[in-house]
This record gives sequence, C-alpha cells and structure tokens, in this order.
Amino acid sequence: MRQMKTKALSKQTRNNLVTYGIVIAAYIAVEILMRAGMVSSLLKGLLVPLCIYVILAVSLNLTVGILGELSLGHAGFMCVGAFAGAIFSKCTMNAIPVAGLRFFLALLIGAAFAALAGILVGIPVLRLKGDYLAIVTLAFGEIIKNVINIIFLGRDSRGFHISLKDAFDLGLEPEGEVIIKGPQGITGTPNDSTFLIGILLILVTLFIVLNLIHSRTGRAIMSIRDNRIAAESVGINVTKYKLLAFTVSASLAGVAGVLYAHNLSTLAAQPKNFGYNMSIMILVFVVLGGIGNIRGSIIAAVVLTLLPEMLRSLNDYRMLIYAVVLIAVMIFSWSPKCREFRERYGLKRLLGSKKGAKEEV
Amino acid sequence: MKKILSLCMAMALVVSMTACGSKDDGKATTAAPADNTTTAAAAENDGTAAAGGEATTAAAGETVAFTGEGSFKIGGIGPTTGGASAYGIAVQRGAQIAADEINAAGGINGYMVELNFQDDEHDPEKSVNAYNTLKDWGMQVLVGSVTSNPCIAVAEKSQADNLFQLTPSGTAVDCVKYDNAFRMCFSDPNQGLESAKYIGENSLATKVAVIYDSSDPYSVGIYEAFRAEAENQSFEIVSAEAFTADSKTDFSVQVQKSKDAQADLLYMPFYYTEASLVLQECDKQSYKPVFFGVDGMDGILSVENFKVELANELMYMAPFVATSEDEQVKSFVTKYETQFGETPNQFAADAYDCMYVVKAAIEKAGATPDMDASAICDALKTAMTEISYDGITGKEISWEATGEPNKAPMIVQIKDGVTVELQ
Repeated sequence: MRQMKTKALSKQTRNNLVTYGIVIAAYIAVEILMRAGMVSSLLKGLLVPLCIYVILAVSLNLTVGILGELSLGHAGFMCVGAFAGAIFSKCTMNAIPVAGLRFFLALLIGAAFAALAGILVGIPVLRLKGDYLAIVTLAFGEIIKNVINIIFLGRDSRGFHISLKDAFDLGLEPEGEVIIKGPQGITGTPNDSTFLIGILLILVTLFIVLNLIHSRTGRAIMSIRDNRIAAESVGINVTKYKLLAFTVSASLAGVAGVLYAHNLSTLAAQPKNFGYNMSIMILVFVVLGGIGNIRGSIIAAVVLTLLPEMLRSLNDYRMLIYAVVLIAVMIFSWSPKCREFRERYGLKRLLGSKKGAKEEV
Repeated sequence: MKKILSLCMAMALVVSMTACGSKDDGKATTAAPADNTTTAAAAENDGTAAAGGEATTAAAGETVAFTGEGSFKIGGIGPTTGGASAYGIAVQRGAQIAADEINAAGGINGYMVELNFQDDEHDPEKSVNAYNTLKDWGMQVLVGSVTSNPCIAVAEKSQADNLFQLTPSGTAVDCVKYDNAFRMCFSDPNQGLESAKYIGENSLATKVAVIYDSSDPYSVGIYEAFRAEAENQSFEIVSAEAFTADSKTDFSVQVQKSKDAQADLLYMPFYYTEASLVLQECDKQSYKPVFFGVDGMDGILSVENFKVELANELMYMAPFVATSEDEQVKSFVTKYETQFGETPNQFAADAYDCMYVVKAAIEKAGATPDMDASAICDALKTAMTEISYDGITGKEISWEATGEPNKAPMIVQIKDGVTVELQ
C-alpha cells in the first residue's frame, strides 16, 4: 500500500522531494565532515551566509521567475527584516533568556515587518510592469536603506524614544541605551544564527515557495506572468495575486535578514549589504541559476557565494576572476549556440546513454 | 535520472567545498615544512647554531636563518578592493614594510614574522570570512580590521577564539570591547573630546559650527563626543549640519548655514577629500573662520587640483606627520616612498607601529611561535599593559587593559603649504 502510494506520487511531488533531499543531504554531509574535523574555519563561517543567500535567491525567484516581474529592491526587504529582528532581540535579550525562543520570535517579527513593507511598496509599485517596475523597486530599496540610516532609537525607563537627527535628540536618561545609532546601526545583537536553523529556514522557505507555485494560487500567478489579459479575462484578480506573491517574497527576504542580523554582532545599513548592489547580486543568483528554477537558485547562490572566498589565494585578481566566471557562466547558460551544444553533449544526455558514467562524475 | 544527477551534483559540491577547505589547510602545512627545509639547509652550513637552536645570520647578514620552530604568523584584514581600499592598501603596505624590517633585523626573539593580509571589501561579513581564512592559515596574532564595523564583527569572533587582536585604525568604541582587542589609533570619542578641550583651552573661538558626515560612524562618533564635551567648554555650538556619503560633492548649504550662524570656528570631523571641497566652498563664499579638523584631514595637501593656500592655517589633530623630522618617521617615509611611490598616510603609519607593538609585546611576554594562538593571546594581554612604545604615531605609548592607547594628541597646523606641529 505504502509503495503504491510512493509510486502514485506525481512527478512534481517527487521533484520537490528531491529539492528538499538535496538540502538535507548537503546538511548531513557538512555535519559529518564537521564532526570528522575536515571543514575549514572559513567554510564554517560561511555556512550561515550560504543559508541566507539561498533563502534570498529562492524568495526572489518567486517574484522574478514565477510572478515574472523584475524586482531590484530585494535587499530593502531584507534590511527591514534584519532591523526589525535585531531590535526585538536587543530589547528582549534580558527578558527572554532562551536564545531559541527569542530567535524564533525575532524571525516571525522580521518576516511580519518585511511583509508589511512588501505590501506598502507593492501597492503602488505593482501597477507598473517591466523596466518601470524594476526602476521603482530599486528606488524603494534605496529609500528603505536611507530611512533606516537616519533613525535613532533609544530606550530608557520611560520607554522608547525616536529621533531623526542625532543621538542627543533622544534625550535619554543616563542609564538609557541607544538601540539604533543612525548610520552606525545596531551593535551587540546576540549571535543566534546557526547552520541548523539556517537549513531549517531553507526548508521552510522551499516548502512555502514550492507549495505556493504548485497550488491553485501559484497557477493563477503564473497565468498573470504568461498573459495578463487572458488571466484577467478568466476572472483572476491580478492585483491580489501579484501582491500576494510579492509580499510572500518580501517576507522570506525578511527572514533571511533576521538570520543575517544575528550572524554578526554588528548591523548597519550600508550600500554594501543592503544597497542595490546586494539586490543585483541576489538577482544574479536567480538569473544564473535559471529564472523560475528553484533548485538552480540554490546551487547558484551556493557556488557564487563560495567562489570569491575560494579564490582568496589569487589575492588581487580574485574579483577579476569572479567577474570573468560570471560572464562565462552567463554566456554558457544562455547563448543559443551553447545551449545547442549542451543539449547535444550535455550531462543529461550522457547520463541517459551511459548510466555507468555517472558514478565517475 | 535528473534527480539522481542533482543529488550527485549536490554531493559533489559539498565535497568540493570541503576539499577546497582542506586544500587550504594542506597549503598551510606544506608551507611550514618548506620553511623547515630552508632552516635545515642553513643549519647544515652552520652546525653550531643548529645545535643551539638560536637564530643565526647567514652569510651576507641579510638572509636570516630560521630556528627550527617556525615563525610568528601575523594576519591582517582590511579593504584592498572597493570604496575604502585606500585605507586597506595603506595598512597592508605599512605592515609589510614593518614586517620586512623586523625580519631583516633578526625577527622577534629570533623568530621570523610571516604576514598574510586578506581583503574584506569593507564589509563585516567578508571581514569574518577573511578572519576565518587566516585562522585556517594558522594565524597567531591579528592586526586588523582596518575599518570600524568590520572590526566589531571580527572582534566578536576573535574573542570567542581568544586570539590577540590589535587594530591599527578601528576607531569605534566597540572595536576593543573585549579584553583581547587593542587599538593603535585614538578612538572616535577620544578625538572629539581632545579637540573640544583644545579649542576651549586655547580660546580659539566662542561660536563653533560643525559639519559632519552623518553616514559615517567615524564622523558621527567624533561629533557626538565633541558636542558632549562642548558643554563643559567656553564655546557654544551654533550650528551642526550633516551631509551623507550620497551628497558629499556640494557643501554650499552647510557652509552658508555656518556663515549665517556667525561661527568663528568651523569644526570638520571627516576626511580630507570632502574637507578640500568645504574649504573651496568657504573661499567662494568668502567665509573665513578658523578651520579645525581631525586625523582624517591628513593628506589634504596632496589632493589634486586643490589650491594649497586655502588650507593655510588649518589646524587638525594628527597622530602622524609625514614631514616630521623624527628619525623613525623619516626612515619609514623614505622606505614607503621608494617602494610604493607615494607619501604614506596615517593608516600606513598606524599599521607600521602595530607590527612593532606586536613585536614589543611578544618580546615582553616571551612568547614563542610554538605556543597556540590562545596562549599567545593570554600572554600578550598582560604584556600590552606593561610595555611603553616609541613609534611614528606617538612616543611613550602605553595601553590600558581596556585596549585604549595612552598617547598625547598632537595638533598640527598647515603654514604656507607645510605641516607644523603646534605642541
């Protein structure tokens, strides 16, 4: 009976299970190697960032690949999540001593705030399409970053104080503490992020995204992507589904943000981490992994995050090589000639003809 | 088929990741035997020294033989690419010069120094990656990170590993929050405090205007301390205008406001590139207050297309003056100029001093390279508070257990295109 059921699983479900399997297998493999002491400190330090980038790439793929809108403000939502989560953790550090519970709540709060930002940004932005949408999301991403940069938030016995000018303006009591120090951001957030939590969050993200894609809602979203007029004509509420996909994507980015905020003890909204550079970097993961291909996003995010670190031995040339690799991959995966070549001599075909060859790869 | 393939690929990926990691380890370990072979070769030439196990100067006196136990591995972290690369590269070069000098002079207690400098792109996350890379390499002492926020992130990790950290230029307060971290430069609040005191004690002004970069923790940190101390001093702050990294090309509004407030001193806690623009704008509006800057002002005379006479009478706090007559400074500046074709700035000087401070502390503590990083850290923590160091960024510098250096602030003034010390 059980076997029957497994066989009866649709191709799609099996495909999804493989995606989960890859993540779990990667986790187990890394865990085993870590126990065996074969993992370098560099890689240990990279494990949580890898999870963060995978979540970001998967969540952006929902907007770019499934909804079909080019969003360049993903880092902005990550930023909202990061700050919301970090403020919560910092304020409740003494009130909730259990790290796991506090972090779980921080994740929920980060996701909620990012979702709220997603709705607020989404309402005006999703009326646009194509390049215009890309430009406006880019602008919103920058606005979020800059707004956070001017906020000063302090806390003392009388409650919270907020100022847009400087820390003196807060008028704190002597024992009060400044939580957000404008451009200096938040320092001293607890380091609660672990690889296990990261992997669990990847699985949750995958679960949400994959189920959304393959649900009735997902089909509606994809129909908007493929032909908006046709979708509208069969009675699909375009605004609702667009906003839904956009918000889910934003809140998942917020989760990644919380993970980011609790990985390092310092959090500041700088162009480097929450600016458009980051948004574009996430987009690069999505594009190189294949738009609409969730598994591809995971692999691309992992490879492209590891690459510059693995190239450290090349010193000054590493950024150059990194760029060359990006261009090469882009050409290899998208140029028509290369695709033809891959179809003819690709791994898939080789595997199809010679099963034994796979093991050697 | 596809699934099995993806699984295989995922496995391959994971394995290759760890393979790369362990490859790095391998490299580090192969490097050490390589040193040993040179040692052995050198030792064979000079049998007596080999028996003693002491450092000996081989043949010409330039190449130094290693003692069997290897060398001190000193790591450096800073931005050598990206927007803040000027600082990172300067630190890398300054530290390299010091490392070469130390090695040429026989090393620390006879042990050579190896310096490995890693890029962090001025990003806390990358800085931690760089730190982990150095750890894989076998770093025993860290000179870094160069910039504040990355430094705070790294300090968290180095504290967990109990690894001695000395930052050349991480000015934010939290950089040396833990007892394993020390700094070479003044902290931000310290600079703000000292400059407010100096202005007050020398009665340079009664009304002070401040322009600061609100997007830069360095600038904000100094401004806040300056403002706090101003309340105890004889002058008042009549205007405080901010700019950000995105709007640092036009200062007409800020200068106009300072002028309208009739400030007779303009305090500029930011870097020299922006300062050159502010000075030009003041000139344009024929506004002539006393100009007072901080150590970021170092380098203003080398700004291209900048009329040097505009900076005449400009006063600033400087830990290091490249034109100083001091012997140590002269030798360092000459070396830097011949090697890299430019005048060193304070970052390079701080890094140079850092290496010598590490040397002094190791000598004081009597640490040896065969001790692990944690043991060296424990030894250096105590040694740091006991040493007194004469370098190019100050004389008789000593350290508190908190990590802050005690050194006299130096105020310099530009007179006819030359920097002169005021104290």
